[in-house]
Amino acid sequence: MTALGFPQLLHLVLPEVIVVVAALCVLAADLVFMRAAETRIRGAVGAVISVAGCAVAIGWMLHAPQYANVLDGMLVLTPLSQLVQIALLVLTILTILISLGSSFTEHMGEYLALILLATASMMFLVGTQNLLMIFLSLELLSLSLYILAAFNKRSAVSAEAGLKYFLFGGMSAAFLLFGFSLLYGWSNSTNLAGIAQSIHGKLLNPALNPVLDPLLVVAILMTVVGLGFKVAAVPFHFWAPDVYQGAPAPSAGFIASGSKVAAFFILYQVMVLGLAGAEGSGAWHAYAPGWVPVLALAAALSMVLGNLVAIRQTSVRRLLAYSAIAHAGYMLLGILSHTQQSLAALLYYAITYALTVLGAFGVVALVEQEAGGDKLSDFAGLSHRAPVLSFCMLIFMLSLAGIPPLAGFFGKFYLFSAVLAATPGSLGLLWLVVLAIAMSAVSLYYYLQVLKRIYVADAPEGAGPISVPFLRQAVLGLIALSVVLLGCAPDLLLRWLQQAIQTAGY
Amino acid sequence: MLAWTIYISFFGVLALLLLPKGHPGAARVLALLTAIAGLAVTLAGFVEQRSGELVTVARVPWVPSLGLEYHLAADGISMTLLLLTGIVAVCGILFSWNIEHRAKEFFAFYLALIGGVYGVFLSFDLLLLFIFYEIAIIPKYFLIAIWGSTRREYAAMKLALYSFIGSAMVLIGMVAAYVVSGAKTMDLVELSRFPFPVHFQMWVFPLVFVGFGILAGLWPFHTWAPTGHVAAPTAASMLLAGVVMKLGAYGCLRVAMALFPRGLDPWGFHVIGFGSWRDVFALLALIGIVYGALAALVQKDFKFVIGYSSVSHMGFVLLGLMTLQQIGLDGAVLQMFSHGILAGLLFAVVGRMVYDRTHTRELSELEGMRLSKALPFAAVTFVLAGMASIGLPGFSGFVAELQVLIGAWHAFPMFAVGAGVGIVVGVAYTWRAMQKAFFGGAKDAPPNMAEETAAAAGHDASHAAGHPLPPITLPERIAAIILVATSVLIGLYPQLLLRIIIPALQSPMFDGLRKGGGL
Repeated sequence: MTALGFPQLLHLVLPEVIVVVAALCVLAADLVFMRAAETRIRGAVGAVISVAGCAVAIGWMLHAPQYANVLDGMLVLTPLSQLVQIALLVLTILTILISLGSSFTEHMGEYLALILLATASMMFLVGTQNLLMIFLSLELLSLSLYILAAFNKRSAVSAEAGLKYFLFGGMSAAFLLFGFSLLYGWSNSTNLAGIAQSIHGKLLNPALNPVLDPLLVVAILMTVVGLGFKVAAVPFHFWAPDVYQGAPAPSAGFIASGSKVAAFFILYQVMVLGLAGAEGSGAWHAYAPGWVPVLALAAALSMVLGNLVAIRQTSVRRLLAYSAIAHAGYMLLGILSHTQQSLAALLYYAITYALTVLGAFGVVALVEQEAGGDKLSDFAGLSHRAPVLSFCMLIFMLSLAGIPPLAGFFGKFYLFSAVLAATPGSLGLLWLVVLAIAMSAVSLYYYLQVLKRIYVADAPEGAGPISVPFLRQAVLGLIALSVVLLGCAPDLLLRWLQQAIQTAGY
Repeated sequence: MLAWTIYISFFGVLALLLLPKGHPGAARVLALLTAIAGLAVTLAGFVEQRSGELVTVARVPWVPSLGLEYHLAADGISMTLLLLTGIVAVCGILFSWNIEHRAKEFFAFYLALIGGVYGVFLSFDLLLLFIFYEIAIIPKYFLIAIWGSTRREYAAMKLALYSFIGSAMVLIGMVAAYVVSGAKTMDLVELSRFPFPVHFQMWVFPLVFVGFGILAGLWPFHTWAPTGHVAAPTAASMLLAGVVMKLGAYGCLRVAMALFPRGLDPWGFHVIGFGSWRDVFALLALIGIVYGALAALVQKDFKFVIGYSSVSHMGFVLLGLMTLQQIGLDGAVLQMFSHGILAGLLFAVVGRMVYDRTHTRELSELEGMRLSKALPFAAVTFVLAGMASIGLPGFSGFVAELQVLIGAWHAFPMFAVGAGVGIVVGVAYTWRAMQKAFFGGAKDAPPNMAEETAAAAGHDASHAAGHPLPPITLPERIAAIILVATSVLIGLYPQLLLRIIIPALQSPMFDGLRKGGGL
């Protein structure tokens, strides 16, 4: 390990620093200059600063990409991690633009600063391969998200959402820490590569160890519990419906989009890089103990439970929450098949899913402001009241259901083919793919329930057209357009991902 | 050039969406022009298509890293079905000239459906085909759910879910084939050359065949068809029965049978008389023919009669496919065309000419209205269409079903007899519907219904006196004449289509079927 001075370190984490500085600037501007100004203006100025900060960070990463692996894996910069960081920043910008003009709080400065802090922690999370750093940035991320969930002080459900999220989150953090400590004790390393090496040394000697070490099994289980909470996989999903329902819509969108992408990326890193050699197998006739069967079980349960329970929902936010659980199930397939191709598929899926669900929450937020709720009945006749908004929702829902030519379809196709190709010659994971495709057929039903209200049902008496602020409509239109574009020309993102994965050497 | 059929349709959708609100007339004209332009392109392509060979229309890399291509091409089979789509699309718009409620959206969904259908018939990349296939699902849902009649939301959801479950089965087979071939290509021609392991084909073939077969009305997965057809607005039922069911049959032939021909091989053992998937599906097709016909015979709702008759006629297509005889396959493709035209015509008579005027489809109520007097044009059209669909020589139905029967006679003689029974029942239900709907009279009613009949007669009299039924309009006449003329033309000169269908079926793409001992 080379000695590393602070200036160099600062240089390496400059994008994160920029985001944190932007957060501080937003706070300062709000606190010092605009105590007396109107809420709307305070929000606008804060948003401009935050968006500028994110944009500068993106620009810096594109302009001067740096690659490093320093401090025992504490900071690992690869083309792939930078690509994911850029995606996270873009999602943050979109979240900020969507939250603009919403009326759930007067403290837009603090709200935006928290979003930026969460973003910075996600960037750290993505750019590390060390258990300590992973835990620290996860905690920073979670703490910001708890507050974001509870940010609507006037609403009891928002407080409830924050508290539930906090309690479940604290519990799962304890599990995660326990799992990490066992891993450290077992392998004497906090670096993922080091852990993999020690697994390699101890396990791959078949005479010594035909089955997994019980200590390692416990460590794997604890880690899966902790991270399974972050990605909202069954059976660690209980917080999701309440948080999605109670949190302010932009917060819920942020939790569902950006934090999901980061969590899946880090789950992939921990499992595939850190626990390499302890995979086992989840193939139909070739079961072998390891973390793959554990994830396979969680994936199967998530797909089934998420899709089936979503059918019965009458609140669009809860529907989106259960659909998020189902989508987490699909994405877990990308992790448990652990090939280069499946990583590309996973990230493509996660990023396009995040875009789509963010857009959907943007629409929900606007409808709530006008109709006063997020029940399915509040969406009745929306196509007459706000045609553009309805069309955007049509695209988001169909993309989530996996209807071509939208991004959701291509993501599914690519993911499933990558999963099948992961066990060459045997199609061992076919049972999971069949389950996933069957369940996505089920999902069309509840997405159509939303669209049926929007397009088929008549608007309630006296409901006039909804005036949508231009900027928010433009942002939603942009997201919808990108969902269509990424579906029609997946190569736009895919080529970039594949190159980055190859150069990063996963 | 044929690719423009797709682009024109989707441009039409865009143009309609941008149209200002509240001009149903303009929307209609725009939609009609779009459909006519599509038909014109198809006709031009049809004239150019001399030999039925595969003609590439467009081929550019689409996702190079996955080997996906934007590959559009047409052979004789595609060309036949494109022509069908063009004709039915134009006629469907002519028959929905009276749509006033949300006309702009209606025609936008309609054209999106048409564009998707053109795309399926033109795609020679499996993924592209699948994409267009699924694009067609969503407009169907909205067309029925918004503009439909009887239990429209139920029927629309049922149709959407059946279609989506079918396409999920296809997707499983497709992804598996893509991975197993390992060739990083989805090109249909290249995949058809790839020798998939026989045990693989044995499970993928039935999966994909049933997946597409659901949309082709394969018994016992046909139940979406009658309810969907009945609930749909006229133009949508014309498209559903006329074109969308052909998507399923086309997929069965082009994907399931062409890529996985060994799936039709004998299993090597017998289970209650079945020795292969071919036997199983042939029997299901036969059951579809007979069951559909028998069900049509007892329906009280005029539109349900036609709905079940579609199941029966599509059974002939599937039976023809399973014969694996050249003549049977020719007949199956020709039957797709013929049934598309005739089902469109029958639904137009029932849904537009009769229902939109009398506001009832109950055969018992229609019986008292003497529609043959009130709507002579509708009566004549229905008689012609009915005769054509029961297989009167001189119409397209005859040449198509005859070839299927000959093929079936070679392949499974007993089934040919069964299918013959289906045809006889077909005569019966067509006759019954015709008599009840158009040529019924008050005196035919049983005595205990005299009161009701009197009421109906009074109703009828009021029609005759003060409110005569609105006459058949010019667009309806034009569309009906186009459809009848097409059926007669093909009936008298089937070579017009067969000259491109036969070479297409003899092309290398279907080599696998030929080697399997069929053809």
